[in-house]
Amino acid sequence: MIYNAPVKDIRFALNALADLPAICALPGNEDCTVELVDAILEEAAKFAEGVLAPTNRAGDAGAKWSPDFSVRSPEGFKEAWQQYVEAGWAGLRAPAEFGGQGLPALVSTAAEEMWCSANLAFSLAPLLTLGAVEAIHHHASEALKAIYLPRMSTGEWTGTMNLTEPQAGSDLAQVRSRAVPAEDGSYRITGQKIFITWGEHDLADNIVHLVLARLPDAPAGVKGISLFIVPKFLVNADGSLGARNDVRCVSLEHKLGIHGSPTAVMSFGDEGGAVGYLVGEPNKGLNYMFTMMNHARLGVGIEGMAVSERAYQKAVEYARERVQSRAVGSPEATGVAIIQHPDIRRMLMTMKAQIEAQRALALYTAAALDRAARHPLPEEKARNQALVNFLIPIVKGWNTEQANEITSMAVQVHGGMGYVEETGVAQYYRDARITAIYEGTTGIQALDLIGRKTASENGVTARALLAEARATADRLAAAGEASLSANLSGAVVEAERCVAFILESFASNPRLAAAGSVPFLKLMGIVLGGWQMGRAGLAALSQQGQEDADADFLNAKLITARFYGEHLLPQVSGLAAAIVEGAESALALPESAF
Amino acid sequence: MKVLVAVKRVVDYNVKVRVKADGSDVDIANVKMSMNPFDEIAVEEAVRLKEAGKATEIVAVSMGVKQCEETLRTALAMGADRAILVETDAELQPLAVAKLLKEVVAKEQPQLVIVGKQAIDDDSNQTGQMLSALLGWAQGTFASKVDLADASVDVTREVDGGLETVKLKLPAVVTTDLRLNEPRYVKLPNIMAAKKKPLDKTTPADLGVDVTPRLKTLKVAEPAKRSAGVKVASAAELVAKLKNEAKVL
Repeated sequence: MIYNAPVKDIRFALNALADLPAICALPGNEDCTVELVDAILEEAAKFAEGVLAPTNRAGDAGAKWSPDFSVRSPEGFKEAWQQYVEAGWAGLRAPAEFGGQGLPALVSTAAEEMWCSANLAFSLAPLLTLGAVEAIHHHASEALKAIYLPRMSTGEWTGTMNLTEPQAGSDLAQVRSRAVPAEDGSYRITGQKIFITWGEHDLADNIVHLVLARLPDAPAGVKGISLFIVPKFLVNADGSLGARNDVRCVSLEHKLGIHGSPTAVMSFGDEGGAVGYLVGEPNKGLNYMFTMMNHARLGVGIEGMAVSERAYQKAVEYARERVQSRAVGSPEATGVAIIQHPDIRRMLMTMKAQIEAQRALALYTAAALDRAARHPLPEEKARNQALVNFLIPIVKGWNTEQANEITSMAVQVHGGMGYVEETGVAQYYRDARITAIYEGTTGIQALDLIGRKTASENGVTARALLAEARATADRLAAAGEASLSANLSGAVVEAERCVAFILESFASNPRLAAAGSVPFLKLMGIVLGGWQMGRAGLAALSQQGQEDADADFLNAKLITARFYGEHLLPQVSGLAAAIVEGAESALALPESAF
Repeated sequence: MKVLVAVKRVVDYNVKVRVKADGSDVDIANVKMSMNPFDEIAVEEAVRLKEAGKATEIVAVSMGVKQCEETLRTALAMGADRAILVETDAELQPLAVAKLLKEVVAKEQPQLVIVGKQAIDDDSNQTGQMLSALLGWAQGTFASKVDLADASVDVTREVDGGLETVKLKLPAVVTTDLRLNEPRYVKLPNIMAAKKKPLDKTTPADLGVDVTPRLKTLKVAEPAKRSAGVKVASAAELVAKLKNEAKVL
């Protein structure tokens, strides 16, 4: 199962669409240059292809739990993790003062795509570790940072997020885990957490759990939740590992996909209380979690696109070698490779066009994340933060919903051979399913999008982005791309109609807005993806004249953009009709009728 | 001990090369280029010698267009200490490369030169041998093991009959074979550090070498396509065909 990192397309999206040179020029990014990023992409591609991708299939056999509460990771994962750590990839965007490289989110996002394509289950370990690093870096005391960050930034120790409990899934107000102050200033944590990704494993010497729990005097609801560091092994004053903490993995879930990633049920305090250390101030835990939510949700959007890319590559490979039936319309009776059949073409193009649009939109968002963090002008910082806030639920929700469709299409290209596990494409289909669920389901993303990200700022960012898309459509018209231009501007009109509807209904009857929230999220994904493909088309047109232009690549980009305009953008009007006119029928049946 | 390694920028081994329409050459426009795999092995060997405390400095040299800088940065990221680019847009043939290397060696005075046994683009397998002749140094080609001592080096060579070990007096030229080592994956901090390592540039004119090609390419063509096979009805028919058509029996 070969994986070829799409370095050429990543580089195009970075430079032509996400403006990498401008991100390198931001204060604090002085070490980052386009040439350096090129070198990083090449080596990351080699590593993803040569080390991570070959372990993906074995990972599907799953991790093994033992009654001594240990978990053995799948074959090859431990060695891959060691190589990952030794090669320094864990530190790509970890803070420089704690041993990381502190590179821009734009660069790390590009590399993360390759890890996720190569081995999605494996890639979750570094992703969660980075999330924990970010939370500790932003909110923990200097003393805690000094103990944990140096070894987490290098990947010597991994990190986890312990949020969910059986009764507290999307609604974290229901968290019941308890934290009681101890005499030494630490806390004793008791409770059970579920769905803890890489909660227990044998990859690293220590696992640093970030745990949400309530203090004895905490107010009810979301304002009474605090964040604690609970290490698997306590850390001695000299930095060496001490006693085993009172936290254990009591079982692993049996899942639909990502079998290589152990999903743990964690029990805290069975022997009286796990030692925990408060991060930041009491009762602010959920706020702290939200500060890294953007990165984590962007990460899951990348996961969705990345597994789509892997499935697409597999589908292309199969379509080239599978010979079946004569060519449509040909008098020749001999069978041809199915890639010659028009419907297979349509499927491959549908996959390719969406993946390229998603990659572009995700990297554009990552660049906004960098500008929001480092731009010298406060107004640009704020504008980019608003962009990030608006785009994150779209990238997360749209990329992952489409990952389900795209990986399903990859199975379809394989026909019956796709449904049996032998070809390997079924794994991508199963692995993709979780991405639309964890880190906030699509429904949660869509509510966030219509409420906090659209209604509460009166649609300012939504309309600004649509205005940019319209300007792109105008430029496409001027460049002679009439069809793509018309499809894009038509979609923008529909999207504006939906924004107006969401704003109006959210104020008057939010149930109507909520009923159309997921279609609205998808619609914005398709339109903004179309905007990026329009920009890509324009960039391809202008590069075509240059010396040393990669004619094949640019031509393919242009055709893919046109396909996106003719096949994806027209879906917008159907979604718009459902959003604006379909809410009442969605809600009309009495509950008893179901 | 100073070690000099030469690295060549070639079409990446994963790329399916195409011949230019006019049959003059292989088409390398917008094709992925990488370090010649045999040269990667040469750099890896030098880095291992340094890690073992036997080499003190590694100088990587490349020759050709400006983009060879990228290949040199890879060598620096793998562990070379500094790099020299002999920049030229001219076509460089093995003899020219050997002459240029000779001049670089004269300046740098390394005790050991390690080069790939051949480059995967033209498969010449000449540069190392020519360089040793020009320098009047000993040569150990197709090395699968290199054991470096203070004044000599034992090189195990992969020859047709098996393995042959030669002891060379230093200074010497060693050319690498595939089994010498497995090059490492480059580490991220080293990619960052490579950017700051010195990379000097010179030209064939500065080195006083005439690089005019001595060989002329007449034609470049793709290998003939394999024709379709036939099914034989019996072993007897197969034997007959092997005897009469293929004439191998």
